[in-house]
Amino acid sequence: MADEVRVPITTDADLVTARAEGRAMAERLGFPRPDPTLIATAISEVARNIVVHAGRGEIVLRPFDDADRFGVVVVARDEGPGIRDVDAALRDDYSGRGGLGLGLPGARRLMDEFDLESDADTGTTVTMTKWRYRDELARRREERRRRA
Amino acid sequence: MSVAILRQGSYLIASIQSDLSDREVTELRHELADLVGRHRSRGIVIDVAALDVIDSFVARALRAIVLTARLRGAETVIVGIQPDVAIAMVQFRLNLKPLRVALDLDDAIELLDRLTRGDAEDGG
Repeated sequence: MADEVRVPITTDADLVTARAEGRAMAERLGFPRPDPTLIATAISEVARNIVVHAGRGEIVLRPFDDADRFGVVVVARDEGPGIRDVDAALRDDYSGRGGLGLGLPGARRLMDEFDLESDADTGTTVTMTKWRYRDELARRREERRRRA
Repeated sequence: MSVAILRQGSYLIASIQSDLSDREVTELRHELADLVGRHRSRGIVIDVAALDVIDSFVARALRAIVLTARLRGAETVIVGIQPDVAIAMVQFRLNLKPLRVALDLDDAIELLDRLTRGDAEDGG
């Protein structure tokens, strides 16, 4: 199984790297289309939040492989000023600095699980997961083999 | 350079060559606004086939390009959105309202011909 990947985030150019790493890991794990694109897009949003609101932080991509599921956990962590109203940041109509209101709810819709923790002392951590059942993967591989 | 911008008659054709950083997206926005004025272009085609991701920032920038160009008398057509990117944009619920889209360059030019002809009739 693939190892954990860490991408330090300090400038907008690091978003490009984080997106590419996320897509590569999703493809390595065997996610079917369009999942690698959904994952890369969600990563782009949470990584941008780091650049815009905290200045620096990191993205950790953690693959997992259980008995019946496989997937990737994306952790976006910063030690910035924190998000004052977390519920508001996850609403579509919230117009925080740098367009917070659009990025996070959008990222949440692209992933299967999404969790946001934030306070002024420790900063912000977004943890989001995309996963698939293993037998679904086996079925898709079988379909692909038959088509080929 | 990550975006090649060519002139074809009264149109500008911007072909994005690779995934872009936010800064490069913003530069493209400024450059197109500039070129539309300098060449008195009537239309812009932006080829986004090389973009693996269109997130809220890129969508906002495309929207800004469309609206800015319109204020300067030019219409904009986006071409080449990849199928997976299109799915992601819909699931994200990005605001795509002012964006005009065509499947390829030929369709885009045809659409621009129609749009700019319409302008001339309205104006004259």
